[in-house]
Amino acid sequence: MDRRPSPSADRDLKRLRRLLRAKDRMDAAPHEEWPVARLAQVSGTSEAYFARSFRDAFGIPPHRYLLTRRVERAAALLRDTDLPVTEIALRTGWSSLGTFGRTFRDITGESPGELRQRMQAMPGALEQVPHCFVRAAQRPDLRMAVSEKRRRTGDDTSEPTETEVP
Amino acid sequence: MTQGVQVASLYVHNQDEALQFYVERLGFRVHTDARNGDYRWLTVQHPDQPDFQLGLFRPQAPTVDDATARALLEAVAKGAMPPLVLVVADCQAAYETMHARGVEFAQAPIARYGSVDASFRDPSGNGWKLVQAR
Repeated sequence: MDRRPSPSADRDLKRLRRLLRAKDRMDAAPHEEWPVARLAQVSGTSEAYFARSFRDAFGIPPHRYLLTRRVERAAALLRDTDLPVTEIALRTGWSSLGTFGRTFRDITGESPGELRQRMQAMPGALEQVPHCFVRAAQRPDLRMAVSEKRRRTGDDTSEPTETEVP
Repeated sequence: MTQGVQVASLYVHNQDEALQFYVERLGFRVHTDARNGDYRWLTVQHPDQPDFQLGLFRPQAPTVDDATARALLEAVAKGAMPPLVLVVADCQAAYETMHARGVEFAQAPIARYGSVDASFRDPSGNGWKLVQAR
């Protein structure tokens, strides 16, 4: 009996694998701009197909995923370095300090300064774990759009700072 | 005798493709390649680790049903499997060799935290961290 997957199942797996490539590229350079056109090109798919299938595969729209990676990286820099917050904002892909601070607080519930204080006061129990896995474990779990999160907490006093790409 | 872990395994999408990747691109060697009907027991070994085998297995019936096999392969293709770490003496040199052999790197070597690390994936989506020994 032939237990090989059907050609269509095989194609689906290869598509997923190519979507993973786009996710990997964002992971490697979250400070860069990742418009859907660029991500679709990395995955070898159409733009319309990419946005929907990325969300289906990874449970989060690509732009929101990128925000979690930027915030994660910023949090790591806040914890592990003494770089000024402005420098960290620039290094992690934000063009304005205001946008960075607002988005960071919307996602993590703390300002960059507060998080830095809290993290640096914690003991270094995770020193034996490879740092990339520590970072992944501490990645913010962003289940809704930043604007939605802000709206629900009744804190929606400003214009959206990031536009969600589907 | 040596006691300890002898075989730990990965799920792969295609065993021929995986074998070629781990042997020709990473420099592992075949330890066991035995077939029984549709089933294939396939393990490879790092040349410096004669007591350890890395199994390259296809999730398939009758071990798991077809739907589960598919779900497992999808998880691998989405990069959802747990961490794997390959330690090398010189991360940059290993990166260059492997990259030239066509290994897909998700991250080029970065010096940080007192070491150098890079990351790559096998054709199925299993993610490896390539870490320079301290």
